[in-house]
Amino acid sequence: MGKKISIPKFQLPAIIARIGGKLPQWPHTMTLIAGLNATVKMKLLPVESLSVLEGRSFFVEVLDTGGKAHFTCRDGLFRPLFSPAQTPDLAFRANLSAFMQLLARQEDPDTLFFNRELSIEGDTELGLYVKNMLDAVEWPQLPKLPGFSH
Amino acid sequence: MSREKIPQLICPAGSLPALKAAIDNGADAVYLGYKNDTNARNFAGLNFDEKAMREGIRYAQSRGRHVLLAINTFAQPGRDADWQRAVDGAAEMGVDAVILADVGLLDYAARRHPDLRLHLSVQGSATSYEAVNFAQREFGVRRAVLPRVLTLAQVENVITNTSVEIEVFGFGSLCVMNEGRCWLSSYATGESPNTVGACSPAKYVKWEKTPGQMTTRLNGILIDRFDDNEAAGYPTLCKGRFEVGGETYYALEEPTSLNVLEILPDIARIGVAAIKIEGRQRSPTYVAQVTKNMRAALDALAREEGQYRVEAAWQSELSKVSEGSQVTLGAYSRPWR
Repeated sequence: MGKKISIPKFQLPAIIARIGGKLPQWPHTMTLIAGLNATVKMKLLPVESLSVLEGRSFFVEVLDTGGKAHFTCRDGLFRPLFSPAQTPDLAFRANLSAFMQLLARQEDPDTLFFNRELSIEGDTELGLYVKNMLDAVEWPQLPKLPGFSH
Repeated sequence: MSREKIPQLICPAGSLPALKAAIDNGADAVYLGYKNDTNARNFAGLNFDEKAMREGIRYAQSRGRHVLLAINTFAQPGRDADWQRAVDGAAEMGVDAVILADVGLLDYAARRHPDLRLHLSVQGSATSYEAVNFAQREFGVRRAVLPRVLTLAQVENVITNTSVEIEVFGFGSLCVMNEGRCWLSSYATGESPNTVGACSPAKYVKWEKTPGQMTTRLNGILIDRFDDNEAAGYPTLCKGRFEVGGETYYALEEPTSLNVLEILPDIARIGVAAIKIEGRQRSPTYVAQVTKNMRAALDALAREEGQYRVEAAWQSELSKVSEGSQVTLGAYSRPWR
């Protein structure tokens, strides 16, 4: 049995967000977009789902790192928005630990929302769609490395 | 307590990963719906297309578990055929039962597919043994899901007076619980679970964040305001805070979740056939967390006759995923009666 790594709830010191907010935002925006597009290329996101996202503007903010990413979906691929509109169609905001817990499927987005650890603003139906689209992804099983077994 | 008296565990699946999470964590059956308004969780991006449903049925049945397909909204005028096709599809794909609410559809299913097992949905709103026995006599219904309005003694009274299997809710978000008869969502938005398959549809919901506060509006109607450290709930009218008699409070209901762990031995003793977990709208993570803990509780009940005790770990895990982060026995316990 592979041992499950548990991500604790944490909040980084406020100074990190103050510094992080002043740094260029493109490196982690590009990383996020590369990750999303890899998911598209592996055909983990259904084509009909992507068509719903087409042309919509998204904003993801990691509150305690100061990281912000504006992006959109065009021709079935995610692309950065360097001069974003004032109000994105959909905005997700949370601390780093909450985003990590979501990605690792350790916590449920509704749980984080009830506990006010995840905020969703903008087009609520689009937000629900994105949430359900990500929930329906069957992530490939990671190879079981000997170092992580016990 | 002998194994056969332990209620079955019926778990929600809004997606294939959620279905697999339920099966892998010990569900006896999963319930699911099509990606359309024939089911009461018709949410954007949720539910199963035909390919996912066939794979889900294969995954569950090959492991000896059951798949129940909810077709539990009411056929809308001029569109009977959509609901009938949903039932035909269920029979063709080989689900173990369909969960129906509409009497017209129950009649269709009973006549067209006499071998298809029929469950009466909670949306059918049968709260008495007379209603349950009517569904048995007219349509051959084999199981009824009771709305969350009955006390445990009332549930027992139904069970004593019917041969239909009885399923009750064991965990999940509570609404005003008048299932199948609630029109609050329609009052605010013109749409309700019975008509479009969703309560307070997302397209009418607006969350606005301002410094220190979050405001929730449903179709423009202000339903709640939260401070940053206050737990939030689903954006439904029944869970809003309203000014009544000069006081602003949860006038209809507090955001909360049902949790029957404490009375599980009583539920088994009175002969409940199955316990249902609410939450097809939740993620695979929630399904895994709740299924795992409910399974552990039911297994403990099967193992330790008279020794059953609620473990703190089950409660804390279930409380964490609860709406409003609090749990209640709901209508099951009415000490003042």
